[in-house]
Amino acid sequence: MSQYLFQQIVNGLSLGSLYALIAIGFSMIYGIVRLINFAHGDLVMIGAFASLAMVQTGLPWPLVAALVLLVGACAGMTIETMIFRPMRSATQVTGFIATLAVSVLIQNGALLLLSGQQRSFQFPAVMRQRVEIGGVSASMTDVTIIVMAVLLIAALLFIVYRTRLGTAMRATSENLLAAQLMGVPVNRTILAAFAIGSGLAAIAGLMWGGKFGQIHPLMGLAPGLKAFIACVIGGVGSISGALLGGYLLGMAEVLFVGLLPPEYASYRDSFVFLLLIVILLIKPSGLFVRHVEERA
Amino acid sequence: MSKNAPEPSAPVLSDLRPAAAGLRLAIATAALLAALWLFTGWSSAYGLTLASLACLNITLAVSMQLTNGLTGLFSLGHPAFMMVGAYIAAVLGYPVARKSTMLFGLPEPFVSWQMPFGLTLICAAVIVGLIALLIGLVVLRLKGHYLAVATLGLIVIVQGLAINWQGLTRGGSGLSGIPRLTNIWWCAGLMLLVVLMVWRIKFSSIGRAMMATRENQLAAESIGVKTARIKLIAFVLGAVIAGIVGAFMAHLITVVTPRSYGIVLAFNLVAMVVLGGTGSITGAIVAALGITLLGEALKPVEESMGLYGLSQMIVALVLVLVLRFRPAGLFGSGEPAWLLRLIRGRTNG
Repeated sequence: MSQYLFQQIVNGLSLGSLYALIAIGFSMIYGIVRLINFAHGDLVMIGAFASLAMVQTGLPWPLVAALVLLVGACAGMTIETMIFRPMRSATQVTGFIATLAVSVLIQNGALLLLSGQQRSFQFPAVMRQRVEIGGVSASMTDVTIIVMAVLLIAALLFIVYRTRLGTAMRATSENLLAAQLMGVPVNRTILAAFAIGSGLAAIAGLMWGGKFGQIHPLMGLAPGLKAFIACVIGGVGSISGALLGGYLLGMAEVLFVGLLPPEYASYRDSFVFLLLIVILLIKPSGLFVRHVEERA
Repeated sequence: MSKNAPEPSAPVLSDLRPAAAGLRLAIATAALLAALWLFTGWSSAYGLTLASLACLNITLAVSMQLTNGLTGLFSLGHPAFMMVGAYIAAVLGYPVARKSTMLFGLPEPFVSWQMPFGLTLICAAVIVGLIALLIGLVVLRLKGHYLAVATLGLIVIVQGLAINWQGLTRGGSGLSGIPRLTNIWWCAGLMLLVVLMVWRIKFSSIGRAMMATRENQLAAESIGVKTARIKLIAFVLGAVIAGIVGAFMAHLITVVTPRSYGIVLAFNLVAMVVLGGTGSITGAIVAALGITLLGEALKPVEESMGLYGLSQMIVALVLVLVLRFRPAGLFGSGEPAWLLRLIRGRTNG
């Protein structure tokens, strides 16, 4: 395998891992409360800035990673209890507008507090080294991102499919009212879904900052929208769909930039959204979902 | 007991006496124009620009009310259509002297010809209308927040084109030096025209079909409303108005950049619709005016204290609170009773 192709694949996998991590939370929240959470991307930003602050105080990186997960979870739970829970009975569109407003609130709040300047975000020097894998090399950052993402995803799948909490989540996502009648503590379950999803988004923010080297109060927009697109590709509300969608989107984006002449590279986002609209039109329920019933 | 005929319980515009309504309308328009004339005499250039922007924002909010409020299409595509309209007007109406150096991607016949403003407006309206028709045919199959995100995608796509199509748009830095061809009279005129048009539509059979489509598409379909056609009409009409406003904006603030027509603008327009009350024209006017003035009033605070984003935060916060405690907005879906009475000339309408 040529070095160039290998590099593209690794790059696609690492970008896809980030998208997948963000998309999973997005999809869990939609699956359980039918809410397109536009503010989800801003948790990526919160995670990135929280990491930067912690790194500057000299905490070791593994601890930073663990704490960022916690910060994201707390932020997600705060948003859920303060804003989305009181509105749970409102229509889907009202909920979407509310999340849009929350996103604008967070972004401008961050602009106020942190100023609109780009901050540089550096992983430790070890991460800039390259690792040899079977004759070809990849950057340490990309490899770490992929490995971390796989571990986190495995932990998440374990929670969702092997624990009581996971069973409660799946039941609530199947039918909120029925789950409630069967004694599932719905409020606590939804809160847990928000906490887990937001935690994953925050840690994706840490890795996003490390991969691209710069963070900004408005940086959450792109990952948030991309996560939504990843969900649509895989079928909104399905966790495995979000995973597949995330990796597929990461790969598609890298290939789009890598294979086309350089002057088209800056059309990347336009291309991704065109892809979204086409998929929504051809298979609105997602590429990997066989059947989705219309829910009221 | 002023009349012999029994009052209908819910009078519509069609049963009022045309002569009386026409007279009232004429008087109201004359009064508005007189007030505007006084204002132009008294106000500074800054005040005039602000008033023009307020007029354009009201126009946008009211047109958004047509698409999103009355018909219930949750479309965020307005900034995309504005952007297209703004760039068409800017490129076609650009001074010839600078065209060859600034717009090197322009086709031959346009390089040596500066189109008059009226013609650029027509071009913008027609082209935006055709684009909206094509997009609407495809995208309106989507519902609810899927439509919202697809139209959000439209903004990103058009923004991407504007940023990358260097030869025609000068990319991210935008086009500057556009001649200032609009003024308060143009903007107020456009606003009056659009408000009147949307008002007439709302209280006509099309408007009722729109509201029926919004409330329950299946039920509307079953009583013979062609919902697909109604949705397309609302979408294209809203887009055309947005395109014209874009063209006005280009010739009012004399600069067009891709960043000015983004998601933030879409959010502000949604806020105007929701705060005013989904479907209420009066509500849209009040909310558009409120948000424009709030942003302007807070500008000195933002600049002197470095609190950029403050006004946007307030808008977002108010929006969250309204959604939470008064989801119907200021005026619900209707118009205030006193206004209807004034227009219809009835004491108990």
